[in-house]
Amino acid sequence: MLVLTRKKDQSIIINDNIEITILEVQGDQVRIGINAPKNISIHRKEVFLQIAEENKKASEVNIKLDLNNILKNNK
Amino acid sequence: MILQTRYFGEIDVREDEILNFRNGLPGFDDIKKYVLIYNEEEGSPFKWLQGVEGTKPAFVIIDPFAVKKDYEINLNDEVIKELDIKEAGEVAVYCIVVVPDDISKMTMNLQAPLIINIDKKLGRQLILDTDRYGVRHFILEELQGREESGNACTDKEKGSVHHNK
Repeated sequence: MLVLTRKKDQSIIINDNIEITILEVQGDQVRIGINAPKNISIHRKEVFLQIAEENKKASEVNIKLDLNNILKNNK
Repeated sequence: MILQTRYFGEIDVREDEILNFRNGLPGFDDIKKYVLIYNEEEGSPFKWLQGVEGTKPAFVIIDPFAVKKDYEINLNDEVIKELDIKEAGEVAVYCIVVVPDDISKMTMNLQAPLIINIDKKLGRQLILDTDRYGVRHFILEELQGREESGNACTDKEKGSVHHNK
C-alpha cells in the first residue's frame, strides 16, 4: 500500500481525475472530500462488504426449495 | 452451449441469452456472465440468476415490486449510459434473496438491486446510496404488512423494514 501523509486541506490526485481532500481531522475521525467523474462508484467499504457478504450467503442455497408454496401458504 | 449447473443439472444456454455484468457482483467480481432461469410456475415473483462461468454461482432473485409496491430506485445518467438504456421497457429490476434453513425467514436485498437491460443483455448490481433500504428485508413480513394495511395508505409500514445496521 502506498502511504502518504497529508494535512488538513491538502489533497491527493489519482489518475488525473480523482481528487481526494482531507477536510477535517478530529480525534480519530477524518472527513474526506472526493471529486471524481460520475462513472466512478464510491462507497463506504463496510457497505460494499456487507453486500458482498449477502451475495455469498444468497449463493449458498443448497436445496431446491419450494419458494412458491411458502408465498401461497402465507396468503 | 450445454452448461452443468448444481441445481438445474444440464441446461442449454444460447449465446444470445447471456447477460453481461461488466463489473461482476460484489463478492463475485470475476464472474461476469449470467443467465436468467425462469420459474416454471406462472406468476411467480421468483427467478434464478445462474452464473455461466467460474464457480457458476446461482442466486434466487425476486421481483421487488411484487413484494414492496412502493419500492423506488433512481437510475442516474451513468447507469443509464452503462446499461445502454433507451426506454423503460428494456429494464428489469430484481433483488437477490437469501434463503436460510427456516425458509419463512428469507430476505431480499433492497439496497443493492440488480438492474438488467433485457434487450441489450447488460446488467449491474447497483448499490443505492440511501438509508431507506437495507440488505435484509423479510419477504413474508413485507407481504403480511401489506395485507394488514389493506389498500389504505398508512403513514409508515411500522416494523416491516429491517435495516441491517
